[in-house]
Parts: sequence; C-alpha cells; structure tokens
Amino acid sequence: MEEPLNLVLFSGTDDKLNAAAVLAAGAAALGRPVNVFLQYWALEAFRSDRIAADHGLAPEAGVAGRKAVDALRAAGQASWAETLRQAKELGGVDIEACSLSMDLLHLEPGDLDPLVDGVEGVTAFYVAAGGGPIVFI
Amino acid sequence: MLETPATPATPAITRTIDARGSFCPGPLMELIRAIRESQVGDVLAIWSSDRGSKIDIPRWVEKAGHRLVTLETRDGYDEIVVEKLR
Repeated sequence: MEEPLNLVLFSGTDDKLNAAAVLAAGAAALGRPVNVFLQYWALEAFRSDRIAADHGLAPEAGVAGRKAVDALRAAGQASWAETLRQAKELGGVDIEACSLSMDLLHLEPGDLDPLVDGVEGVTAFYVAAGGGPIVFI
Repeated sequence: MLETPATPATPAITRTIDARGSFCPGPLMELIRAIRESQVGDVLAIWSSDRGSKIDIPRWVEKAGHRLVTLETRDGYDEIVVEKLR
C-alpha cells in the first residue's frame, strides 16, 4: 500500500483549491490514497450552490496574478472541482467535511457538492492519515 | 519470396488521444482513463501541449509498469506513445 497524501484544506480561494486539486490528482495517478479534510472557507467553497462561483484568489495574487489566472482559465484550464472529479474517477480519493466547520457554517450534508464523501471529526481524519505527513493549504 | 520483417521500430498505434489545450494534470488524466479502457498490448498515442507532460507522463508510465514507445516533439506539442503492458 502506497503512503497516503493527506491534505487539510482551509483556504477557499480558487488558486489554493486548484493547487490542492492538482496535488490530489497527481497522487491518485500514482495509486496513492488521498485523504482530504475540508475546514472553514475551503468547506464553504464546496457548497453545491457555490462550487461553480468565483471564489477569488489569495491576497498575494494581486492584479497581475488575477490576469494570469483568468488567462489560463480562458485558455481552457479545468476548474479545481473538475480536476478533483477526475482524481476521484481514478479512485482512492476521499473528501471529508470537518464536522466543526459544518457547525460553524450552519451546513447540512445535503448542502455540499457530491464531491464530498461525508462528514467526520478530526480524529477520524488522523486515523485515515495513518501517521503520515499532513499538508495544510 | 516472403520477407521476414524486422522488428518494427514503432508498433501500430491503437488509439490517439488529442489532449492539446489541456493543462497539467489533464493530459495524464486522459491517458490513464484511456489506458483503463484498453487491452494489454494496445498502443496509445497522446498529444499534449502541456510542457509538463513530456516529463510527467514517462515517469508515470514507468511507475505504472507500462512501456514508453516514443516521445516526439512536434510543432507546438509532444506526442507520447505508450504500450499498455498490464
């Protein structure tokens, strides 16, 4: 069994979510299990009524960064949600919502995009991570 | 008189996937999907304009246990030919 990639997603901006989606897809391509734990603003971005919306960029992007991201998107770059869908098709990618963040944002499982497999607490995430490194984005 | 052909330099391509215009990791995702749909011994060509593909796809092919047949840079894209081995 390959060592899992464990991603904690906190930020809900499109650039960070895209970076995370690419990491997840690459690991899935190599047959590594991927555990994704959605907290705070990343979880909010997975609301089914908002997942396709513009989630903005990290502050360091600035005006030039915004233009560069828009240009790549116009040239046909897949959205982070689409990249995650492809990663899930490969198999081994589990996306879980943090139960505390669900409470914080007053969300129910039915409010989330089907990309999200379920809701769990931090302990369940650590158990899935199996003592491997955790990447926080 | 029958001639015995030498081992062909490039086996016949079973399927070509045009992933030009798709960005990393899109071309690899498309190749993996196509390989899963293929039979052992099939030869797949993927066209990619993503600059990472000519590095990433051969690495993936080796790790996944398939065979890199050829890698050729063309006008604005790379053609990577892979034989499914398992």
